[in-house]
Amino acid sequence: MSNIMDYFRKSRNALEKGGITLKSNKEEKIRCPECKSYETKRAIAKHKVTCPHCGHHFRIGARTRIKAICDKDSFQELFSDIETIDPLKFPGYQDKMDRSRQICGEAEGVICGTAMIRRQPCAMFVMEPGFMMGSMGSVVGEKITRLFEYAAEKALPVVGFTASGGARMQEGILSLMQMAKTSGAVDYHSKRGGLYITVLTDPTTGGVTASFAMLGDIILSEPNATIGFAGRRVIEQTTKKKLPDDFQKAEFLLEHGFIDAIVSRIELRNTLERLLEQHGRRERQL
Amino acid sequence: MRSSYEKLLIARAQNRPTSRSYIEKLFTERTELHGDRKYADDAAIIGGIGMLDDIPVTFIGIERGRNLQERIQCNFGCPMPEGYRKALRLMKQAEKFRRPVICFVDTSGAFCGEEAEERGQGQAIADNLMQMMGLQVPVITIVIGEGGSGGALGLSVANKLYMLENAVFSVISPEGCASILWEDAKMAPEAAECLRITADDMVTFGVAEEIIREDFRHFSRMCEGMKEKIISDLKGWSEKTGKELSKERYLRFRKLGRWME
Repeated sequence: MSNIMDYFRKSRNALEKGGITLKSNKEEKIRCPECKSYETKRAIAKHKVTCPHCGHHFRIGARTRIKAICDKDSFQELFSDIETIDPLKFPGYQDKMDRSRQICGEAEGVICGTAMIRRQPCAMFVMEPGFMMGSMGSVVGEKITRLFEYAAEKALPVVGFTASGGARMQEGILSLMQMAKTSGAVDYHSKRGGLYITVLTDPTTGGVTASFAMLGDIILSEPNATIGFAGRRVIEQTTKKKLPDDFQKAEFLLEHGFIDAIVSRIELRNTLERLLEQHGRRERQL
Repeated sequence: MRSSYEKLLIARAQNRPTSRSYIEKLFTERTELHGDRKYADDAAIIGGIGMLDDIPVTFIGIERGRNLQERIQCNFGCPMPEGYRKALRLMKQAEKFRRPVICFVDTSGAFCGEEAEERGQGQAIADNLMQMMGLQVPVITIVIGEGGSGGALGLSVANKLYMLENAVFSVISPEGCASILWEDAKMAPEAAECLRITADDMVTFGVAEEIIREDFRHFSRMCEGMKEKIISDLKGWSEKTGKELSKERYLRFRKLGRWME
């Protein structure tokens, strides 16, 4: 993208906000927010953007994730021509979108396409936490819906990475309805025998949790990711009670039976390859 | 003309009829059914079997309670995950016995608290959205008061959605929206305007098909009209197969949203 983008990408907090590429100035040291140790970008990149000391998973942008997961140059983007409008003329919406675009370099909160993971073909969506917190408006809902329909038609499994603050309030009721629409699309794909693997990443909350994030045949999560319906602060304010530190963390969800497994970013490509292969094999037998 | 916020206040008014009042007026020979068969019975969602004239139906409603004691008992109409799972159980039962499902929505939102998260509020709603889409029987939802976000949507994946004249449907409470946008919950009236939450807005966006006029002084008469509408909808669908009903429901939601290509 433009030069302005590079400027933002170099900023210190960009890694936490998402949308970072670790290309520039590889010797620059970054502080891990968990164990507070400093490490060079090179070392962090080598560990799939996790902290080499404590394993903390830094928030990463959608493009970085695609690069880390897919076979080299195998990702083919789909539906990138669907553009956001401001259907309610909501105050500040256009500005917020413009700013998000500058910061993360993406036009919307999700990237869809087809890809190969160790030569296993799949349809893939990756949410962009840097674009208005990965919130779901009409475009995010439409792109995800089309991806499931496309995957159903081509008999492809869907691998989806979620990262979202929930439904996007700036598009009002239309955003809320995307929850039903995407859930219907998951059903459409599922009824045609399609495999859907979700990988929940930090943070997955609100309307995305209450729709396609929780509907995978297999639900994986990155370690320590925050996953929930209502926001932690909202619950604390409502109930006037301090919540435990591990509340709504991936480990908490695993303990309560809502996710299948926690998989570190370093292991993820292996895990996805294995699962895709096992489901592909079964189809061939039939 | 009432403002969006005035309508919101009317929709929330305590003396407004709750789901139970409509259910008692519309359906005869009722059997209320309880529990999700997994964890508990949630009083915030009531449901059961009854007769709509000569048609057996399954009714499900979010209940706010008619007096303080009832309100406390049903968490002021904020359902827990077990409420959504109970609703789904009753819908699946309706599907098995080929009964139409009639839902009543009236909630400020799904229950917000530690227990609800522990028991998977998000998962419960997600499951409802997906399973309702596939139901092979007609589903009609009537928003009788406040349609609060995902908690209301969890019973709204219908073939047809009615809004009462002062009912609202919103992605976030105007108070919540105002505090995010302007860091001031008192700006809720402005937020309500921006969010477009009224029954007319729902028809404009294709979220609802029809608006039902309110006349609580003649409540029986109003319910009689409602009953006629529902029966005529069901009769209109009587030739349709389960698959067609499910497909039409999907296509109904499939077209929602606005974008540019």
